[in-house]
Amino acid sequence: MSTASELPHGGAAGDADVDTRHVHGHDEAHVHGHGPGGAAHGSFKGYMTGFLLSVVLTGIPFWLVMGKVFQDHQTTTLIVLAFAIVQILVHMVYFLHLNTSSEGGWNMLALIFTMVLVVITLSGSLWVMYHMNANMMPMSPQDMRNMP
Amino acid sequence: MRDNSELIHFIFGRLTWAAIPFHVPILVYTFIVVAILGIALLATITWMGKWGYLWREWFTSVDHKKIGIMYMVLGIVMMLRGFSDAIMMRLQQAMAFGGSTGYLPPEHYDQIFTAHGVIMIFFVAMPMVVGLMNVVMPLQIGARDVAFPFLNNFSFWMTVAGAILVMLSLFVGEFARTGWLAYPPLSGIAYSPDAGVDYYIWSLQIAGVGTLLSGVNMVVTIIKMRAPGMTLMKMPIFTWTALCTNVLIVAAFPVLTAVLVLLSLDRYVGTDFFTNDFGGNPMMYVNLIWIWGHPEVYILILPLFGVFSEVVSTFCGKKLFGYASMVYATVVITILSYLVWLHHFFTMGSGASVNSFFGITTMIISIPTGAKMFNWLFTMYRGRINFDVPMLWTMGFMFTFVIGGMTGVLLAVPPADFELHNSLFLVAHFHNVIIGGVLFGLFAGINYWFPKSIGFRLDAFWGKVSFWFWLSGFWFAFMPLYILGLMGVTRRLSHFDDPSLQIWFQIAAFGAALIFLGILAFLVQIYVSIRNRDSLRDHTGDIWGGRTLEWSTSSPPPDYNFAFTPLVHELDAWADMKQRGYQRPEQGFLPIHMPKNTGAGVILAFLAMVCGFAMIWHIWWMAAASFIGLIAAAIVHTFNYNRDFHIPAAEVARIEDARSRLLAQQA
Repeated sequence: MSTASELPHGGAAGDADVDTRHVHGHDEAHVHGHGPGGAAHGSFKGYMTGFLLSVVLTGIPFWLVMGKVFQDHQTTTLIVLAFAIVQILVHMVYFLHLNTSSEGGWNMLALIFTMVLVVITLSGSLWVMYHMNANMMPMSPQDMRNMP
Repeated sequence: MRDNSELIHFIFGRLTWAAIPFHVPILVYTFIVVAILGIALLATITWMGKWGYLWREWFTSVDHKKIGIMYMVLGIVMMLRGFSDAIMMRLQQAMAFGGSTGYLPPEHYDQIFTAHGVIMIFFVAMPMVVGLMNVVMPLQIGARDVAFPFLNNFSFWMTVAGAILVMLSLFVGEFARTGWLAYPPLSGIAYSPDAGVDYYIWSLQIAGVGTLLSGVNMVVTIIKMRAPGMTLMKMPIFTWTALCTNVLIVAAFPVLTAVLVLLSLDRYVGTDFFTNDFGGNPMMYVNLIWIWGHPEVYILILPLFGVFSEVVSTFCGKKLFGYASMVYATVVITILSYLVWLHHFFTMGSGASVNSFFGITTMIISIPTGAKMFNWLFTMYRGRINFDVPMLWTMGFMFTFVIGGMTGVLLAVPPADFELHNSLFLVAHFHNVIIGGVLFGLFAGINYWFPKSIGFRLDAFWGKVSFWFWLSGFWFAFMPLYILGLMGVTRRLSHFDDPSLQIWFQIAAFGAALIFLGILAFLVQIYVSIRNRDSLRDHTGDIWGGRTLEWSTSSPPPDYNFAFTPLVHELDAWADMKQRGYQRPEQGFLPIHMPKNTGAGVILAFLAMVCGFAMIWHIWWMAAASFIGLIAAAIVHTFNYNRDFHIPAAEVARIEDARSRLLAQQA
């Protein structure tokens, strides 16, 4: 509202600076999203940290499986899954340069939205299918074998 | 001889003369009519020498307004096909009682209801919704085009390629006989060994690429290309709903793609994701496809909620009541639409806890929708209502959609759903919300924005005729189905034994005939408007006294939309500018940087269509060749650096001066 006095036309009449702002969006080759508010650029240090972390986070699960460190398969599976999740985060932070400020926060918002949907989809499907199996498929393999 | 047949099999896959339905007279006649009309159309274009014009100005255009209009044309053409399916079903069901089997054999009837659903959702509602967003959204945010203009053209042609494959199935082979979502095991190779389901899969996959890319394109456009000063809470409500819809598209369509890939693996390479044995589970398909399918219904309806909001505020001469609550309601619907999918299969047997969770979320999602209804009512309250055609459609929508919404909440109660599942009550419900919501909204939007995109308004008399036929036709066609559904009549039947039901089907057929007149009146409306275009022309650019930025430029807008990008200070930016005595800038124009037209989208989509056709008929060499061609053409296009040009400042000045003179004549 305060700008009303500065711009009697209420539009961008004759304001040449404003005009060029949107022109660049016309060709995909020109849209980069760099510059102010764009994605952060990586540094050598950042890439090296990410690389080393990825190697370590891959090496440990590999060793856990090959060296049969735990007798219990389920423990191994859960630990490997945990490492995988950390690995995903490392990739996003160091290689995709994701932080709360890139693209004016839109990247983080999109990521959170995506994660919420993925969690809903996966957990929902497992929940639905598990209950369906429990209710509709009461037969165990033993029951199957004893079928007439 | 044997070598010869192997060679023929190699060349044509499983496509043989038997695939052409010479033995079905109705299809032969349809084909003859379509061929005559098609040849007449092509001959007319050739005779008028318009091929070059069409190719240069439309097919290769990257202008969002032209692409939007082409989407609308595609939607209207496909609506004629989808509606002819509908009227065939209504006739069959009105006839086939007791001893009479009607005129359609069951296997043909099954294809018709499948094609009707697929076409109406994917090739009528989707293209028209996307088309409306294409035409209007960049204008509303004060942009010169979408973020990726070539991608937009490519998306459109991929949708066309999918539509052509569906149409082709009418004359070459057959379409799926599975219902519009192609549930396995029926859609599996064991029960549907013919090409029908493959037509379904490949047409949806190819059109789905277009839809997904168009979704990405529009999300980026809305986030990155709004006019300076237009913060999110100053965005026009239609743009808000377009943003939410496109976010839903980007998030949901990959699920459809993945499910159809799994189904095609089952059909082509013998995997067992959705088979009955070897660990497969058809229920998983139903679960996954509804994870896409429920957001899809909100993808369709949300932009039309935006249309109604714009129409109500414009035609009541008031700003929209409760803008912020409208935005929050839209966002809440966007999130919640991912939490209700199981209400499509309560009867599958997931038990009380799962069913009650999804029943309750479904009831919750009706709350923001209801809030919107009150916002529209309060906008009308004490407004100076102008009962022009867009407003009539909007009021018809409010009247109709509330009933559809309430039967939806009724169906959300799992015990009630166990009674009504797969009954005609369900059919009546979703037609009630899709016709009463999506279609009425599209007609409101077409009547509202037609003068903006074409330059002259649509004839009001024929618009009103169309509206009243549609509205009364809808009630006649679907109220009997509610009643039949409550009596327990199930959907997708081509023959009935109980003669006492026949009268209801005859009433429904009468309703379909009224809707036919409504469609006819719509076509007449377009014809009459083109004939009387000079008297209907809009010289002001703001024919309805609009409130958003699209009405600040000329009708139709120049290629560059805005000579200067507008500065936004308020919600309803154009109403604000008018109130403060906005003067059009008349000098100081600069050259405008624009994208060049390209034929790459047509070529890529054509290759994709050939690839789909080859996959459907197992013509492996053609599939491989067209796929390689597709990749190669895409790579070649990336080396095309000759993509942009500048409209010289003198040309901009010439166009703007012409408009200044026109406006001066009006004043």
